Amino acid sequence: MKFDYDDEQRLLADSVRRLLARDYDFDARKRIVASERGFSTTVWKMFADLGLLGLGLSPDYGGFGGGARACMSVMEAFGDALVVEPYLATVMTAQFIARGGTPAQKTLILGDVVTGERVLAFAQTEAGARYNLADVSTRARAIGGGYVIDGEKIAVVHGPCAELLVVSARTAGEGAHPKGISVFVVDARAPGVTVRSARTIDGLRTADVSLVDVHVGAEALVGPEGAALPLIEEVVDYATALVCAEAVGAIAYANAATLDYIKARRQFGVPIGTFQALQHRMVDMTISHEQVKSMAGLACATVDTERDAAKRRRLVSAAKVKVADAARHVSQESIQLHGGMGMSDELKVSHTFRRLAVIAQLFGDANHHLERFAST
Amino acid sequence: MDLDYSPDELAFRETVRSWLQTNLPAHLRDKVTRYRALTRDDLMGWQRILAAQGWIAPAWPTEWGGTGWSIVQRHIFEEECGYAGAPPIVPFGLLMCGPVLLKFGTEAQKARFLPRIYRGDDLWCQGYSEPGSGSDLASLRTTAVRRDDRYVVNGQKIWTTLAHMADWIFCLVRTGSDSDRRQDGISFLLIDMKCPGITVRPLMLMDGGHEVNEVFFDDVEVPVENRVHEEGKGWTVAKYLLGHERMNTARVGTSMRELETLKEYAARQRKDGRPLSDDARFRDQIARVEIELLALSITNLRFLDAVRSGQARGAEASILKIKGTEIQQALTELMMQAAGPSMQALADDAGAADDITAALARRYCNYRKTTIYAGSNEIQRNIIAKQLLGLPS
Repeated sequence: MKFDYDDEQRLLADSVRRLLARDYDFDARKRIVASERGFSTTVWKMFADLGLLGLGLSPDYGGFGGGARACMSVMEAFGDALVVEPYLATVMTAQFIARGGTPAQKTLILGDVVTGERVLAFAQTEAGARYNLADVSTRARAIGGGYVIDGEKIAVVHGPCAELLVVSARTAGEGAHPKGISVFVVDARAPGVTVRSARTIDGLRTADVSLVDVHVGAEALVGPEGAALPLIEEVVDYATALVCAEAVGAIAYANAATLDYIKARRQFGVPIGTFQALQHRMVDMTISHEQVKSMAGLACATVDTERDAAKRRRLVSAAKVKVADAARHVSQESIQLHGGMGMSDELKVSHTFRRLAVIAQLFGDANHHLERFAST
Repeated sequence: MDLDYSPDELAFRETVRSWLQTNLPAHLRDKVTRYRALTRDDLMGWQRILAAQGWIAPAWPTEWGGTGWSIVQRHIFEEECGYAGAPPIVPFGLLMCGPVLLKFGTEAQKARFLPRIYRGDDLWCQGYSEPGSGSDLASLRTTAVRRDDRYVVNGQKIWTTLAHMADWIFCLVRTGSDSDRRQDGISFLLIDMKCPGITVRPLMLMDGGHEVNEVFFDDVEVPVENRVHEEGKGWTVAKYLLGHERMNTARVGTSMRELETLKEYAARQRKDGRPLSDDARFRDQIARVEIELLALSITNLRFLDAVRSGQARGAEASILKIKGTEIQQALTELMMQAAGPSMQALADDAGAADDITAALARRYCNYRKTTIYAGSNEIQRNIIAKQLLGLPS
């Protein structure tokens, strides 16, 4: 039993935090968010140079072969600094190749991911599907040794900057049937692919992606044809665990900023932090942070070590319920305790609020995960 | 980040578990798991069994009978006892007076009291709260006036748990001082409950149970050698004790057992011809408590790990107390809710011995105490605000 980060994780976290302190303060982030591309290729290259993009990938492709736990301290630092680079999208999508891909696919894609030359995104969600990973209507018809893909994907996080998309599509079955789903690698610039970019509430970019008569070769298929749902669930659970770790950092920032504020802000001649009504709310925010730390650790350890898929789903969902609730609780209280200032776009805490609002629903909200937890 | 116990720790858990299977008397386990009132013989009987095994005071120094277990082993032991349905350890002697004597007592006091506490010869109670002195403990007014080699004690204590069963009481009393600080001039006395001038009056609680009492002191004479630590320095002792009082408040093992009981009970109740546990709304309520308990159990281990590596920040026990008691209350509430219309039933202990339904509402009432006792949850928040967040009081 060991809960602290080990030396390697701590060194890595220190390097990341140093980098972010130097090149990613709140003003730098604002400029990046406002830029055409929506993320900084310079920062992205620095992430690659630090080895962050290969933390979860095999040394065969230049990575470090770590699991979700290897990324925890990085995600925590990213949550604190509100990093908008397509890190989560890329590392989670790379896991499809790492876990389900052929040696040729791995060679072709993973090396470039590690060096920062390829941004990936996962095109899964469809209108009306909400968080049900089996609800896929996009079709892939087998034709002449390859496939033709048709469908509409929505809310593809970092879709606009991805060179490669991993797309879920039905090769058989329909509706939300668990069988018949396959996963393909699709070039975002392939004929028939249209990516409509939009900004998100939390400063990221998202895309709706149309796939019309998109031809891919047989080598585009990742994993078994028609039986990719377990792979999708595994990767999304992995990504959910990373989001829980990001929430730890975002909540830590919201709490630290709020604590500083109530110690400094004076009303009625005294710091408002002397008022017990506010102190007890600040304490409850602190307790939420501790509980989220525990559950993020549980989620990351679970996706790394739990081989039983049902147990994995159950524990990851337990973590996400707690994280979603705590994200709402802490972010709302952080604004309330900041008073009018908390509403302002000028203050970072209002941006953390927005990120936590998204995190609470990313890969499933509390209700979705409560259902998944209680029915497993 | 490694959430797994070591092989040694797992082996230890197995040892404790199988020992409990053999040595926890079935009639005691049944009383606990069916929410029956425990007598003095039940409580002390279990303590004597543990004492005979050498497991009654794990945290004490080994020369006084401690086990030398690591903090994780101690946690495992407590968790297993709670999970198995063992009677609670009466904390006042073993977890409170004992540690105080070990820290502040004279050799004579240790030799006189510790072995009797260890063996379960004496049952202790705690004379802290007074009418008007609850969370604001330093406002206590019971006096002890020095007369030669004795103190003469006058005043009243209240909410004194198990005073009606107790042989001894440790008390905070005011011996007086020149200082204006209310915390000065308090002393820590050990008083024999058989002394003339002590009257114990039961305080019946809303669940119909007799746990707590009023204790009146009317010219009670206490030998000076029963004072622990210096005269007027009782507050130092009280503060030291507060830390001990709040250990193991997470009660993870007990709550895990209660959660299982709740699930089984809900599965036996019917709603629209189906088990209540299939009802989505009720099932979600249980699931939320289960998730809270999961988070608490990991937080508890994280804090133990921090204590073990010397990185604890001090208010961890307060966090465990708040979350642990919230969960305990939520479980009693859901149990009562699961009973549906039958929750109104109020039978005495003799009736319906194989059914727990009649105990559920009483238990719900009784457990409101948990967020009030041992430093109310609001006091715990004050402690966290001050110690962890550096907020001014």
